[in-house]
Amino acid sequence: MSGIQQREDKVGQGWAAHTTTLDVTHGVILYLEDVTVSFDGFKALNKLTLSIDVGELRCIIGPNGAGKTTLMDVITGKTRADSGTAFFGQTIDLQELSEYQIAHAGIGRKFQKPTVFHNHSVFDNLELALKTDKGLWRSLFARLSASQQARIDEILSLINLSDHAKTLAGLLSHGQKQWLEIGMLLIQEPKLLLLDEPVAGMTDQEIERTAELFKALAGKHSLIVVEHDMNFISTIARKVTVLHEGSVLAEGNMEQIKNDPRVIEVYLG
Amino acid sequence: MAQYFSNLYGIKGWAALGLFGLLFVIVIPALNLFLPESSALRVPDYALSLIGKIMCYAIVAMAMDLIWGYAGILSLGHGLFFALGGYACGMYLMRMIGTEGQYGSTLPDFMVFLDWKELPWYWQGTDMFWYALLLVVLAPGLLAFIFGYFAFRSRIKGVYFSIITQALTFAFMLLFFRNETGFGGNNGFTDFKRIVGYSLTDPATRAGLFIATAIFLMMALLMCRFIVVSKLGRVLTAIRDAESRLMFCGYNPLHYKLFAWTFSAVLCGIAGALYVPQVGIINPSEMSPANSIEIAIWAAVGGRGTLVGPLLGAGLVNGAKSWFTAAFPEYWLFFLGFIFIIVTLFLPQGVIGLLRRFKKT
Repeated sequence: MSGIQQREDKVGQGWAAHTTTLDVTHGVILYLEDVTVSFDGFKALNKLTLSIDVGELRCIIGPNGAGKTTLMDVITGKTRADSGTAFFGQTIDLQELSEYQIAHAGIGRKFQKPTVFHNHSVFDNLELALKTDKGLWRSLFARLSASQQARIDEILSLINLSDHAKTLAGLLSHGQKQWLEIGMLLIQEPKLLLLDEPVAGMTDQEIERTAELFKALAGKHSLIVVEHDMNFISTIARKVTVLHEGSVLAEGNMEQIKNDPRVIEVYLG
Repeated sequence: MAQYFSNLYGIKGWAALGLFGLLFVIVIPALNLFLPESSALRVPDYALSLIGKIMCYAIVAMAMDLIWGYAGILSLGHGLFFALGGYACGMYLMRMIGTEGQYGSTLPDFMVFLDWKELPWYWQGTDMFWYALLLVVLAPGLLAFIFGYFAFRSRIKGVYFSIITQALTFAFMLLFFRNETGFGGNNGFTDFKRIVGYSLTDPATRAGLFIATAIFLMMALLMCRFIVVSKLGRVLTAIRDAESRLMFCGYNPLHYKLFAWTFSAVLCGIAGALYVPQVGIINPSEMSPANSIEIAIWAAVGGRGTLVGPLLGAGLVNGAKSWFTAAFPEYWLFFLGFIFIIVTLFLPQGVIGLLRRFKKT
């Protein structure tokens, strides 16, 4: 959305950072209940209920306009739900935090269109994303410690961009930008990663490596992957959620989903 | 410590800055003060005050670059902050006239003319130099902070923000035009006599103001440079290029924008305070929307996002202006518009970009 945005920060008007600690004692990292979002009468999300377990890798599919991106917007604080609740762990009410506080709490997001800082080098992109104090004065006097430097190098080799550390991010190929953005997510050390079409524009080989990476991440992190590429989903998916017209149509493993008559009707068929 | 210096500029950069300092802090004022009027090498008085004035503009252009070139926020109201700093300094200079005004009153002439019997509350204390200095920083700083807080918190961006800043400076111009506001109406302040005890007609005082401006210009450049080479500077350019990505990285853009915006306004205010005693007048026309647009042109001509570029841009455009308005007074605005079109179409990086292109080939 460009131009004037009507929404004001609910919280985050003070200068002190909001302290939030994640509590996942019941094994659930994300819990959405009866979430409804409407734009000018159109219900982008309609009483959607969804829960994600700690360490889970969840795939979300659905036709265009099913509400996948709106769902991510609600989780990351970009859009407020008209009704319903959204909790991160047991205690953190996502509806009360603004985007940067949600990022601090431990939710990282990759956009549908790869979004990196085009006029910064690959290294600087990672430096900006690096998990650290992101306050104003700290940034003015910030210096990279040896361990932070090593952490950036580690991520650089993980995303296969070690040779491009000094390249401007704007000059990378589409697939490399996708990887850089994934690297920026990882270096933030989030508990929950939201990945919106992470393999769009990647070569088959890159897709294969991404699938390996996501499978390795699951367990330590919780992941939500929105994808159109059914092959990719069948490689990584353990549990799939199908969205349709803003609510959950079906949920289950890939076999169950493929054979569900309702899913076949609206999507696969 | 040495590392901090080498972070800011390389050897060439420091050498250039040193050369600038030598020239503008020592040589030019000395050539004005110590050579006889008949000497061919003497820097004439009008040239000294013209260069002094342009240096003030250059500081404003650089402050504009910090907010526009780096953070991507185009202000079309920076002339307001410049004028507020100028008015704060002007209040002090008015009080220093003492009883030497036309009516021989301790009140400034325009207040006697309005039949006011005593100073309004907001003029209290303005005869103290330290308080005037405080006002020079606080008046533009507080206004920028409050305005910026609400604008950035409401996520007003791009052209909407620019239009609101333009309206803000216009509103203040109308306010200052009113006699009842207590700032001399459309005549503003003029006929200053002295500053901290020194006569403003004395060549040594004028040279002193010139030197102070040159020194502040170098300090402002180094402060801005310190900001833009720090991680904070990289956050500012990230706001310009992909603000939502930055938020999802865990930064609150409000704090960063507000800092750059307020700092930029304070620099403009100090530049305005240095400008007024050298030019000898401040009136509400400094707040006219056209003036603020011209500031953006200086920055664009010089080259956005380079700090040094806008310094050059302000020098080039104003140098051209003083020649043009003498040679072809009617055509200056056409020429200015023409420069702007040329720069936008062919020189997106401004003069600095042109120099860099020459260097490469």
